[in-house]
Amino acid sequence: MSIRIDKEICTGCSSCVSACPFGVMELVDDKAHVKEGCNLCGACRDACAFEAITIESAAAAQPVPEAHGVWVFAEQFNGKIRPVAGELLGKGRELADQLKTELCAVIIGNQETGIVEMVTLGADKVYRIQSPAFEGNPEDLYSQALVEAIKKYQPEIVLAGATALGRSVIPRVAAALRTGLTADCTGLEIDLKEKQLLQTRPTFGGNIMATIICPSQRPQMATVRPRVFKKRAPDFARRGEVITIDFKSDAASKTKVVNFTADLTETIKIEDADVIVAGGRGVGKPENFKMIAELARLMNGALGCSRPVIDEGWLPYSHQVGQTGKTVCPKLYIACGISGAVQHLAGMQTSDMIVAINDDPNAPIFQVATYGIVGDLFKIVPVMIEKLKKQ
Amino acid sequence: MNIIVCIKQVPGTTEVKIDPKTNTLIRSGIKAIINPFDTYAIEEAVRIREKAGGKVTVLTMGPPQADEALREAISLGADEAILLSDREFAGADTWATAYTINAAVRKISAYDLIICGRQTVDGDTGQVGPEMAQMLDIPLITYVSKIEDISLQMIRARRMIEDGYETLESPLPALLTVSKEINTPRLPSLRGIMKSKSAKITVWTLADLGIDKTMVGLAGSSTKVVKVFTPVRTHKAEVLQGDPTAQVDALIERLKGAGLA
Ligand SMILES: Cc1cc2nc3c(=O)[nH]c(=O)nc-3n(C[C@H](O)[C@H](O)[C@H](O)COP(=O)(O)OP(=O)(O)OC[C@H]3O[C@@H](n4cnc5c(N)ncnc54)[C@H](O)[C@@H]3O)c2cc1C
Ligand SMILES: Nc1ncnc2c1ncn2[C@@H]1O[C@H](COP(=O)(O)O)[C@@H](O)[C@H]1O
Repeated sequence: MSIRIDKEICTGCSSCVSACPFGVMELVDDKAHVKEGCNLCGACRDACAFEAITIESAAAAQPVPEAHGVWVFAEQFNGKIRPVAGELLGKGRELADQLKTELCAVIIGNQETGIVEMVTLGADKVYRIQSPAFEGNPEDLYSQALVEAIKKYQPEIVLAGATALGRSVIPRVAAALRTGLTADCTGLEIDLKEKQLLQTRPTFGGNIMATIICPSQRPQMATVRPRVFKKRAPDFARRGEVITIDFKSDAASKTKVVNFTADLTETIKIEDADVIVAGGRGVGKPENFKMIAELARLMNGALGCSRPVIDEGWLPYSHQVGQTGKTVCPKLYIACGISGAVQHLAGMQTSDMIVAINDDPNAPIFQVATYGIVGDLFKIVPVMIEKLKKQ
Repeated sequence: MNIIVCIKQVPGTTEVKIDPKTNTLIRSGIKAIINPFDTYAIEEAVRIREKAGGKVTVLTMGPPQADEALREAISLGADEAILLSDREFAGADTWATAYTINAAVRKISAYDLIICGRQTVDGDTGQVGPEMAQMLDIPLITYVSKIEDISLQMIRARRMIEDGYETLESPLPALLTVSKEINTPRLPSLRGIMKSKSAKITVWTLADLGIDKTMVGLAGSSTKVVKVFTPVRTHKAEVLQGDPTAQVDALIERLKGAGLA
């Protein structure tokens, strides 16, 4: 461990003790002391007015190789590029422009799909990696193909969606390249002076935000949940270059998909819906969700919920919004009987408009809501249903 | 069947509160727990062993007090426990964590299956398992919600993806990350609790693992945390007043204004 406190300089002012988000700083004999559990985040160092705290890394910073270009891994499913790729191109365009470099989309698979779409959404180049070995969604070969392409073309940034596939393939790529990977970023910015990607993400279920860099390895890699960044309007006048790579693998994939069953429990998927009406523990019992579902239907929306609703078995998991459920960003999110715990907010707080119906005026959901109704949802929702029916 | 389960001790985050004055986490009175997702990993491993025989070894990298988490795992049915603990391991990112745990996995050497949780609730990345699989060059199946079949040679498992369920087959040894749908963890048995109290926890340090210190902890981490902060919410909702009818009228009017009703 390499946090050092200079006992000569330390005045015992304790500002580091209160600054430590992990509560591992203490005063021993009137000097700062680090307990077990320090993760070297640097909050204490920044808080120390006397520069008594230093955090050092034993690894000498390596020179950064001549990496260039921002890459977006454009995952496809059933022959269609997932929307998150477009969102990443939107953000990637900003980053590439700031770095004065190119933006590239990487499509792995045999279907001739999405190339034009990637260019209209901002890509300058599309790398298309194909191989007969890609039949049956072999994640290990996708990783291998991506690793080879990255080694060859040396991008400085690689972004991918935090989908089931992305979260399996991308860590393998980072591990193979021995580079850093930041999960579930909600903010990406460029530090132009240091030429670093500042990757901001929630930890502790959104209680704390951390900004992370990858100073001495390239590429800098990050995953981003769907619906965090916005897609740009397609520009059909844009032109781009397509580079086809034939991937050859000496070994077949070790994991084989033998079956796929689509989840048909939802009529409208919450991640695609413009309107979501969500219920929480305040809805009380499973029968009461009929009312919430009816409101959703009248608003042409989808039905969402908080985690206790899943834990109680009132609705299937696919409806859960939040840190351990889905991230959504509809035009309108109506939260009924949801307190607004950070883990729930993590999945919906970027919605364009949020309406909260809750009988507790101090519920944290009101801190993110556009409009709040303090009241009993069993009085409010039926009135709303009745009025909407009349329209 | 020899199964290694990777667990992490984390603060029980539902209890985490922010001190409004200092804007930091209030840690006092928060007990450390086994990462909730890892309890499903332990349970699944114990279930497989109950059917197929063999041994369940739990492995954690953490400070000395992570010993408690390992003892709890033993009370839940694990046979052996190894704690990877060394000052040099502190500040590890997911790469360095995976690298360190893998050094222990290689030292254990005889294993058929490794089970990780799908993610931790503090680090919350879900990267450690997949990174381990890559470095060990073994097959990986993430988000497993059901093991349909398992033998010493192969596994068939169902996993949850965005659009439904996929069934995958793979040879063993393999690494799985499991989601909460996979089982309902049991409570510790009385016998288990007794056993856990007297159990011997093996502790391995950097020297025991025989790896280079530039590969572990902060030194081995490519990523660096440069800033931590608490998100500030200054926003205040427009509270709609009146009786339910007036409130709903006001809301519908605003929704109409935004073209949403
Ligand atoms: C690691 C971890 C991950 C998690 N992930 C998620 C996640 O992904 N998604 C998620 O949602 N949660 C998640 N949680 C749980 C989260 O911490 C909260 O426990 C949960 O969000 C609370 O759900 P709730 O708001 O429905 O219930 P409660 O907190 O119990 O709130 C119910 C609310 O309803 C109100 N209410 C009650 N009756 C009425 C009525 N008649 N009319 C109006 N209002 C009423 C109450 O005032 C209260 O505010 C996670 C927790 C952990 C530890
Ligand atoms: N320090 C650790 N010791 C042992 N296992 C760990 C550790 N950190 C993470 N893991 C395993 O990796 C999984 C994913 O962790 P994370 O990448 O931190 O979200 C966890 O559910 C554990 O199974």
